Amino acid sequence: MRRLSTIGIVVLVFALVATACGGGTTTTTAPGTTTPSAEPFKVAMVAPSAVNDLAFSQSMYDALLAVQQQMGGESAMQIAYSDNLFVVDDAAAAIRDYANEGYDLVIAHGSQFGSSLQEIAPDYPDTAFAWGTAGDTFGLPNVFAYEAASEEGGYVEGVMAAALSTSGVLGVIGPVEVGDAKRYVDGFKAGAEAQNSAIDVKVNYTGSFSDVALAATAANTEIAAGADVLTGTAQMVTGAVGVAKEDSIPWFGTQADQTALAPSIVVASQVYHWEVVISQIIDLIQQGTMGGESFVINLSNGGEAIAYNPDYTLSSDVKQLAEDTIAGISDGSINPPRPAAGS
Amino acid sequence: MSEFFTAAALVTTIGAGIRYATSYLYAAIGETFGQRSGVLNLGVDGIMLLGAFSAYYVALKTGDLWLALLMAAVVGLFMGLAMAFASVTLQAEQGISGIGFYLFGLGMSDLLFQKLVGTPLPISGFPEVHIPWLSDLPVVGELLFSHSLLVYGAFLLVPIGTYVLNHTTIGLKIRSAGENPAAVDTLGVSVARVRYGTVMFGSMLAGIGGAALTTELGIFQQNLTAGQGFIAVALVYFGAWRPVGVMYGALLYGLVTSIVSQLKTLEIIPRSVSDLASMLPALITILALVIAVQRERQPAALTKPYERGG
Repeated sequence: MRRLSTIGIVVLVFALVATACGGGTTTTTAPGTTTPSAEPFKVAMVAPSAVNDLAFSQSMYDALLAVQQQMGGESAMQIAYSDNLFVVDDAAAAIRDYANEGYDLVIAHGSQFGSSLQEIAPDYPDTAFAWGTAGDTFGLPNVFAYEAASEEGGYVEGVMAAALSTSGVLGVIGPVEVGDAKRYVDGFKAGAEAQNSAIDVKVNYTGSFSDVALAATAANTEIAAGADVLTGTAQMVTGAVGVAKEDSIPWFGTQADQTALAPSIVVASQVYHWEVVISQIIDLIQQGTMGGESFVINLSNGGEAIAYNPDYTLSSDVKQLAEDTIAGISDGSINPPRPAAGS
Repeated sequence: MSEFFTAAALVTTIGAGIRYATSYLYAAIGETFGQRSGVLNLGVDGIMLLGAFSAYYVALKTGDLWLALLMAAVVGLFMGLAMAFASVTLQAEQGISGIGFYLFGLGMSDLLFQKLVGTPLPISGFPEVHIPWLSDLPVVGELLFSHSLLVYGAFLLVPIGTYVLNHTTIGLKIRSAGENPAAVDTLGVSVARVRYGTVMFGSMLAGIGGAALTTELGIFQQNLTAGQGFIAVALVYFGAWRPVGVMYGALLYGLVTSIVSQLKTLEIIPRSVSDLASMLPALITILALVIAVQRERQPAALTKPYERGG
């Protein structure tokens, strides 16, 4: 009896967990009764976090909605998505499902989904896939890759931060020194140093993408070291933003407009407009190219932009400085540090 | 290196360490009570997450931090009731059911967050309370007497917990239930009732620990605790099942974390070994744990369900 009840409770708990962990799947597709010629372009997206996360996943979802609008609404383009798929195996199953259901383009939005895509894509030669942030299409004819030159916005924000600082010390909180985070942080540091060669940029990679409390601790230590402007990247920075808000220290955001987190101290955020890439990919697919190309969003192609917080009083000098830097990066006269090939 | 030894840097580092230790301390003191009565609750982290989310949600919707704290405590109590039902009444294997409760709390807190809130929005936390006169003392004042009420509350639990465990009848019943439940039973004390009480009390403190974390950070997001509940369980072993020892463990862990962070910021720890250095707090805790466990004996009936006449 005891053993039975033990097994019972374990099964019950796991059943509840399974329910709780299941990602949301939403399809806006109605059963197709239209004639083939009028069929809308069907896009599916698989994302690791929620599509309203104010960060990585939302940037892509917003882009899909923007492209849908450009193309003429739901009759021209249909969007389906599965979000909160932080378990790669679950995401892989969703990618395969969408391919089976005949979607024209399946987007695997997360660099952790790369190896799954590498396995799945060859099984569905008539479906186009896109993934990012990454630059590698695996040499497959039906895979597109996309990434962000986050060092460009980082550079602009570094210039602004150095101009705002009176202590001559800036603080940066990063997760792990790789990928998008490294590009942003290196760009920020280079921009700050270009603006003021004597500036001291304190960089603290906490070692975690998710430990919010640790990010808060890192922010505290940077403020103690004299930093009077802060920035950071990845989803755990919310903890650091909280510390900055408490101490009224200006904050620069990236990946999404972080103004909502602390309207009093967010100066500006680098935001991604993936629609630039998505509309190009859709055009290519409609012309018969199913993949093999990789895309980079940056300041000059409009895929990246600096979103100023309208509630933050920014002096016109600093804003002009930012605009000049954006123009300089766009015309090639300013060169933020590019990542070494293969990194 | 000299940068590290300035008064400002030291005060911030130690202050950050104390704040960082607070949520661990709530959870670990609560866990101490459960373990002293013979129940290992491995679900602490999940309960902290549910406590954190409920406090966050109430604070976000009403702005009432005390109501938020109360909600976290109530959610903790109910989770404790369920945990006690599984481990005391159903006599489930405590390690396994605890992991089940952890996974439930992890998944459920995230699900509720996604469905009810979605986009992370900030909340404001408990203000710092400067204790008159004491907080004006140089260095020490800022270090020890300029924190939020929840920080003082956590450290107050240490003498209270010690007193209850060692000098009251309830404490005696708790300790006996963990050492020799059959003897307690023959004296007419219900072992089950004692264990229900400690597990529910401990889970309530875990819920409050979660609330302390979310109000300190001003935000909630998926897996906010990042494993703090498991560290709390380790701290109970480290502290040899005594509140004071547990407090030393929490402070050690908090301080090593903030010192490592400070050394990284000042680049005294070079960037190349930064990720290795991040492991240091956990490594030091494990080392201390190994040494501590050699020295101390755990409650004899820990993890053993009690069956009358069994």
